[in-house]
Amino acid sequence: MSRLTIEQAGPMLTVQDLGRPGLLDRGVSGAGPMDPAAFRLANLLVGNGEQAAALEFALFGGRFTSDRPIRFAVTGGALDMRIDARACRPWESHFLQPGEVLTIGALQGAVWGTLAVSGGIETPPVLSSRSTHLRSGLGGLEGRQLAAGDSLPLGEPNAAPLMRLSAALPRDRGPIRVVLGPQQDYFAPSVLARFLSQPFTIGPSRDRMAQVLNGPVLPAAGGHDIVSDGTVAGSIQVPASGKPIVLMAERQTTGGYPKIATVASVDLSRLAQMPTGSRITFRAIDRDAAEDLLIEHRHRLAVRLSGLEPTAGA
Amino acid sequence: MQASPIGPRILPCGDSALSVEFSREIDATTNRRVVALAEALAAHAPDGLLETVPTYRSLLVTYDPGRLRGRALTAVIERLIVSGLPERERPRRITVPVLYGGPVGLDLDDLAAAKGMTPEALIALHASAAYRVYMIGFQPGFAYLGGLPDALHMPRLAVPRQRVEAGAIGIGGQQASINSVPGPSGWRYIGRTPLRLFDPARPDPFLLKAGDQVRFRAIDAEEAATLDQAVARGEIMAEWDVIS
Repeated sequence: MSRLTIEQAGPMLTVQDLGRPGLLDRGVSGAGPMDPAAFRLANLLVGNGEQAAALEFALFGGRFTSDRPIRFAVTGGALDMRIDARACRPWESHFLQPGEVLTIGALQGAVWGTLAVSGGIETPPVLSSRSTHLRSGLGGLEGRQLAAGDSLPLGEPNAAPLMRLSAALPRDRGPIRVVLGPQQDYFAPSVLARFLSQPFTIGPSRDRMAQVLNGPVLPAAGGHDIVSDGTVAGSIQVPASGKPIVLMAERQTTGGYPKIATVASVDLSRLAQMPTGSRITFRAIDRDAAEDLLIEHRHRLAVRLSGLEPTAGA
Repeated sequence: MQASPIGPRILPCGDSALSVEFSREIDATTNRRVVALAEALAAHAPDGLLETVPTYRSLLVTYDPGRLRGRALTAVIERLIVSGLPERERPRRITVPVLYGGPVGLDLDDLAAAKGMTPEALIALHASAAYRVYMIGFQPGFAYLGGLPDALHMPRLAVPRQRVEAGAIGIGGQQASINSVPGPSGWRYIGRTPLRLFDPARPDPFLLKAGDQVRFRAIDAEEAATLDQAVARGEIMAEWDVIS
């Protein structure tokens, strides 16, 4: 079996696939990628099915080698990427030959990157998924972050050509849209108004589980401890510090802080990809509108993902 | 959006989930209704329903809005509630063997002293109660138990411990627990069970689910060692008793 070897590991480098749904009632987090659209695209660019496992990293990728010719693609944002000394572009697929070193530098204007490899990463599935859940030590390679010296088994490659995306993925701008609740009534109207009018910044305390926002404090008149209930990706919890915490892909399944709002699915990966220090505002929309946005976003994405074209000269 | 003046509140959690909130407090009747609604939805699942997550007092329901709109799902849930959820459960009952005290149950003596009882009396009280699995959450397979005798309620530690072992038997406030995987915790621990609540290598990785009933049985070190070996061989050794 051929292998991908990690010569240098970027931060939070993990094996991910589309996640581990179906077990929330048993306390198992869905995990999966922080930017699912960019993740799926990386797999499509190397001819993999969408269920294939790939590597996710934060900030920069690291250095990689392979013991057989592979096709790879990196998505997520702009970055400096090289095969040996030769520059190559993200958002399209390239060959890496044995003996060559792939260097994936720092993401610019984004936080989470995906490196997909033809054939996919074939670490053993745990509970039907290869996704790493760091806090419970499930999936990936021994349930942990990858480090220099790790070597990952690869699946059988396919015969797809080198490809690129014909146009950039759709990415919205403007305020982060939220649906208020389920515990917005824990907060006084003046605090809700503050939440929806004043800017926040993305704080440095962030990982695959959650990210903390800096900005106006949001005291809960109803108290900051609730009897634990279920969470979703995008739940905005407010603990006693008054600082909102947005739950992300690796969140725990239940939580005991009031949730002032939930980020609309269409805006969650945009929020995940905002560099630390970015300024954001929130805008409330109702559930029907958020559902409409998600349905529309899926249509636009499907059109884009069907628009892969072979790279000229490949 | 309210089903009725005494019915649950159905609250949106974004565009792909809603929470059916029966109460904001912990009580067994509420939790029975939560579990009953989860079972009713499983039996009458509309296309586009993805997952349900029973918690102490609410049911989280996730859905795919491309197939099932939240408004329609709300109507389905309201109909199920109006048509009546089953009153009587047929819970599974399990007896969990516990080696009280020892290196995992390191709070046993202090807790007994704080409560003005002997460790033996504390063990007898803990093992005398019938517990209900209110929910599974926080970690894979982690069981939140209700039914802890009042005399054993105890606040959490001010500073959580960095690592508590799987199988640790805990007390946190008015709740009891059985830990499923190693991890940090601020609860008090009075013993350990050789049983594994979560083992991804087993055909069914999860021992418990919401609605199960749990009793504890004190065992000695010799029996614990025998059970440890059986569990290590992959024999779950759970003592089930389904009440019909």
